[in-house]
Amino acid sequence: MIFQRFLIRLLTMAITLLGVSVVVFVIIRVAPGDPIAMMLPPGASDDDIARLRALYGLDRSIVEQYFIWFSGVLQGNFGTSISLRQDVMSLVLSRLPATLELSIFALFIALLIGGPLAILGAREQGTAVEAGIDVANGAALSIPDFLWGLALILLFGVLWPVFHISGRVSPRLDLPFVTQFYLFESILRFRFDLTKDLIGHMFMPALALALPLAAIISQLLKISLKEVMTLDYVTLARVKGFSETSVILREALKNAALPTLTLIGVQFTFLIGGTVIIERLFSYEGLGNMAIDAVINRDLPLIQGIVLVFALIFVLINLAVDMMYALLNPRLRHG
Amino acid sequence: MSACLDISNLSARLPSGQRVLRSVSLTVQPGEVRALVGESGAGKSMIGKAVLGVLPPSVRIVEGSIHLEGADLGQLSAKERRRVIGAKAALIPQDPLTALNPSRRVGPQMTDRLIHILGWAADKADRRVRQLLDEVHIREPDRVMRSYPHELSGGMRQRVLIAAAFASEPRLIVADEPTTALDVTVQKQILRLIAQLQQEHGTAILFVTHDLGVVAKISQRVTVLYAGKVVEEADTPALFADPQHAYTRALMAATPKYTDPMASLMPVDDTVLAGLAAEIAVADHDWKPGGGTGRG
Ligand SMILES: Nc1ncnc2c1ncn2[C@@H]1O[C@H](COP(=O)(O)OP(=O)(O)OP(=O)(O)O)[C@@H](O)[C@H]1O
Ligand SMILES: [Mg+2]
Repeated sequence: MIFQRFLIRLLTMAITLLGVSVVVFVIIRVAPGDPIAMMLPPGASDDDIARLRALYGLDRSIVEQYFIWFSGVLQGNFGTSISLRQDVMSLVLSRLPATLELSIFALFIALLIGGPLAILGAREQGTAVEAGIDVANGAALSIPDFLWGLALILLFGVLWPVFHISGRVSPRLDLPFVTQFYLFESILRFRFDLTKDLIGHMFMPALALALPLAAIISQLLKISLKEVMTLDYVTLARVKGFSETSVILREALKNAALPTLTLIGVQFTFLIGGTVIIERLFSYEGLGNMAIDAVINRDLPLIQGIVLVFALIFVLINLAVDMMYALLNPRLRHG
Repeated sequence: MSACLDISNLSARLPSGQRVLRSVSLTVQPGEVRALVGESGAGKSMIGKAVLGVLPPSVRIVEGSIHLEGADLGQLSAKERRRVIGAKAALIPQDPLTALNPSRRVGPQMTDRLIHILGWAADKADRRVRQLLDEVHIREPDRVMRSYPHELSGGMRQRVLIAAAFASEPRLIVADEPTTALDVTVQKQILRLIAQLQQEHGTAILFVTHDLGVVAKISQRVTVLYAGKVVEEADTPALFADPQHAYTRALMAATPKYTDPMASLMPVDDTVLAGLAAEIAVADHDWKPGGGTGRG
């Protein structure tokens, strides 16, 4: 049963990725703009252009190009970036950790803000506290992440400069890292001076990404909590003498979290999508920032590689949510 | 002898101003089973919830007092009230399917009050709960305590809830229609079980039901409720031998007799209801029969 479910999931994932790769492949070739024209100095001869086209395989039909690219991908070869003249795979891998750290840090902040607010709102239902939380949620939700980013830059970058507004790490620092997971590695190495610098850079873009998600978590979790709190087993827990807070934490939270969890999965993929603009805004050297450069330069192989990696992350997140859902729900676990 | 539970002149309203309880007075002596009967919507559960401090937020108590084991619940802080109720009272709920948390194992749900509210050591609480599971005739306490609620049958779950209610040796148990949600065959067993445990432990019970047959079997005294108002109160045998109020008589006529289950049943007579309406209208002016008190 479980195994079958898992197989179906894997198959769905494979088909999704395949579909994404085809769509992206076609769109970026149909869209206007020529990667070769961007590479050559003005006045290059038609011969030169044709030779370069052939070099990157762009003289063939889209179908042919796709199959050449796809058979490369199957062997782990994603091609060579046209603008950077490096292997796409290693380019993507060098930037991916920065984006993952930023996204996960943002998710963390969103949970840290949204969760307690939801619990507080559910505990104080019907009071001014709950109304205040609703207003704050509404504001956070109606402002998109990049506007939050701008507001934060003005606030904490210019008016009261406590955080760095650009880059991933201070350039003058000596970095002992062997992986690209700087934040993670700085903690493992007990180099908390570096951790501090990294977070100083990451905090504002992460907060900008986190605020809308925090509002969604807070609102949705609060609603489910309030719903669960009318159920008989919660009443029974109150009769037992448990305080409202422990009733929420012991009885209501886990069951109320289930519907929220699925939504967090979907919203987290939106958050990762948001990194493209936010990384640009904060000049954060992540995959999203690289994606924008790739699009500007019409760097077809690089765009394909980046999009495929983003798609893979999205599918994996959905899988993780699914598994977590089953883990938290004893009915599914034993059924 | 001071009463275990003493409700006096309790009135409650909804935000709309609609009354749900009208000057209800009711006492339960230590070790006594007091039945609370009335049709659906009469406010039986409201009284139980008021006693246990779990009224829905929309329901507001406008007058009267509730004394539980001498403590005036209305005078206590919310925290104190919770502590007193947690220590002295317990609830056997109506629907065993919804009264257990689906994502927690049964064992911890039974021991948590003993450990976290009453401060017992974990192994003592565990032993106590096993003993109670034995008293409610559950033969595999280990398996049951390790189970999730959905792995147990409805009857098993209600036994678990009964065991949990008695485990903390409360002075008062509110049993809100504890058999209505069960299979007819299981109903009798559960009822007998509650009666048996009640006698062995000497616990006072406020037994909410709409079934006069159950009243006759389990209670020493009865309070009859209609539209949030007490219409009659009597010793159980006396009530059945000589019901004073027309509504009580009508209610009896509407109940099947175990001796003669095929006898035709009389619905409550309209003139009786009109009489009641007049009675209630004396107390409050805005009330009309069927006027949204939700009698079903
Ligand atoms: N959460 C609530 N908010 C507002 N009014 C309520 C709420 N629950 C019940 N009521 C109303 O309060 C009155 C008394 O309800 P209560 O549940 O005490 O009836 P009951 O006698 O227990 O009936 P039943 O036999 O159906 O359980 C009814 O008129 C009902 O409509
Ligand atoms: Mg009821």
